[in-house]
Amino acid sequence: MITLENLTKTFAGQKEPAVKDLSMEVPEGEIVVLVGPSGCGKTTTMRLVNRLIEPDSGKIYLEGEDVTSVDSDQLRRRIGYVIQQIGLFPHMTIGENIATVPHLVGWDNKKTSDRIDELLNMVGMDPADYRNRYPKELSGGQKQRIGVARAMAADPSVMLMDEPFGAIDPITRSKLQNEFLRLQEDIKKTIIFVTHDIDEAIKMGDRIAILRDYSTIAQYDKPENILLNPADDFVASFIGTGASLKRLNLAKLGDVELVDWPTAKLEAGADEARAVLDRSDKEWVLLLDEQRHPQRWVNGDHLAQGNGALEDSGVPATSTAIMDTTLSSALADMLTSENSTVIVIDSDGAYQGVADLPTITKATKAMRVEAHGGEGHDAIEEHGEDKEDASAGRLKDAEA
Amino acid sequence: MDIFITYLRFAIPDHLIAASGAHAAAVGISVLLSSIIGITLGCFAYRRRRLADISLAVAGTIITIPSFALFALLVPFLGFGWPPTIVALTAYGVLPILRNTITGLQGVDSAVTDSAQGVGLSSRQRLFRIELPLASPVIIAGVRVSTLILLGIAAIAAIVAGPGLGEDIFSGLARLGSATALYLVLSSVMFIVMLAIAFDIAFLLFRKFAISKGIRQ
Repeated sequence: MITLENLTKTFAGQKEPAVKDLSMEVPEGEIVVLVGPSGCGKTTTMRLVNRLIEPDSGKIYLEGEDVTSVDSDQLRRRIGYVIQQIGLFPHMTIGENIATVPHLVGWDNKKTSDRIDELLNMVGMDPADYRNRYPKELSGGQKQRIGVARAMAADPSVMLMDEPFGAIDPITRSKLQNEFLRLQEDIKKTIIFVTHDIDEAIKMGDRIAILRDYSTIAQYDKPENILLNPADDFVASFIGTGASLKRLNLAKLGDVELVDWPTAKLEAGADEARAVLDRSDKEWVLLLDEQRHPQRWVNGDHLAQGNGALEDSGVPATSTAIMDTTLSSALADMLTSENSTVIVIDSDGAYQGVADLPTITKATKAMRVEAHGGEGHDAIEEHGEDKEDASAGRLKDAEA
Repeated sequence: MDIFITYLRFAIPDHLIAASGAHAAAVGISVLLSSIIGITLGCFAYRRRRLADISLAVAGTIITIPSFALFALLVPFLGFGWPPTIVALTAYGVLPILRNTITGLQGVDSAVTDSAQGVGLSSRQRLFRIELPLASPVIIAGVRVSTLILLGIAAIAAIVAGPGLGEDIFSGLARLGSATALYLVLSSVMFIVMLAIAFDIAFLLFRKFAISKGIRQ
């Protein structure tokens, strides 16, 4: 847990404070996202926590301990630190980069070496292949994974992340975000995450603190509450339009009921596939291999053209997602897939079910009902016509 | 030309090789001292603007003193021979090393130093484990420039009876017109050039050994 108490910081030569009388609490094991417009002081706030910037006044508590005046180097070794530019040490190998903090805190070589392998496996990079490489030999996404691994090396309970995925292309970014969220479910770190991107904040945050000038908190709440019930005009305008689409970022495929799609074994052959297709009301049948990994989609036409071998007929079943995938990214995948579906698989890649467009519609309906019944409805009316999103508009039409 | 080769055949074995050895030793010792002074000063100065400005100005001023004059000026204090030679060469060698040390350390990517500080390296640890290794290509380039400059200047040390190949150059120039005067000068110059090439090869090997594979071009 991190507690900030009346933190104030004014930089030398400036009249206005960068951070003014900020108090907040970051609960144990949660990701709290600091989000706000450029220059609102969110990065400064984060750097106050590990005292890269020393506060003029106020207190910082880490797990109840006052760390405002302990040795700052020692303090930082207890706090993971990830920045947008990553800042890997280019003259050290990946292994040496990760070993930085374990060496500083005096781990022995065996323990450090085991930890390097463990972390590389954790971020999905083969230790045998990557340990002795240099940062310049990695892609941007791989570098960022190592940046995260280095920050977690000595198993700090607290991590600070300043736009960690900001400099990465959108596809890799989304992948890294998902990976990190999955990781966080196991490691349960207390994290302060800084971003200027409200969509990233909604996706990553257990809680979001929307900051305005001088790092004053405009609203500090769970993402769904902020979307449904923005505290004031500043928050509403910062969230922007399309709040209902953004809410799709909050629900995961695991939260909705999946469709049980007709499936057949790839080895069973075309006749079996046709029989399955005939028995169902769907137009496509999903072919699975022995381990129940999705292989191909086929429809009636494909089966009619085929010569009995199924390996090459139909289209490859590439549009897959896991239970943790958000409805928003599932929807995006659906729109580009051949038959407007996303196959849901488990961590071993085995088939679990299928999500299609009606799945999403049903989920949004449920959310709308929730909004209508809860405080969200008042919030929408308070903030006037111009700030309403599409679904709120429809809601009002229905009432009229 | 034939006479020159004959001259070399007689002169090389004893005299020229001994003089070359002394020349190399004087330059080697001086560059070592310049490096200790330049790199240490650079480490203190790269984050302190005033100290950086002052030390660069002093080192720059030294290099503008004509070498002839500097060697001579040291005689009243240090006498003749090795002492004034080493002191003068060391003084001349500091500027390129100091300049490159400051530039190299200031040129380290701020994201790297920020993350080094962020994970808890103290400022001393950052300097020795991160900043100096990353600045090493630039610093080594400075040492190399110093070495090449000093190889030339060391010839002037002959006016204070210093060691090296300068003596032959001066006595040759004094006797220009006589039979072997020109060869005396030429052979010494040739050996200085060969020393420069040898030092350069040594630097190439040293770079391979001293600069991490991760930052080599």
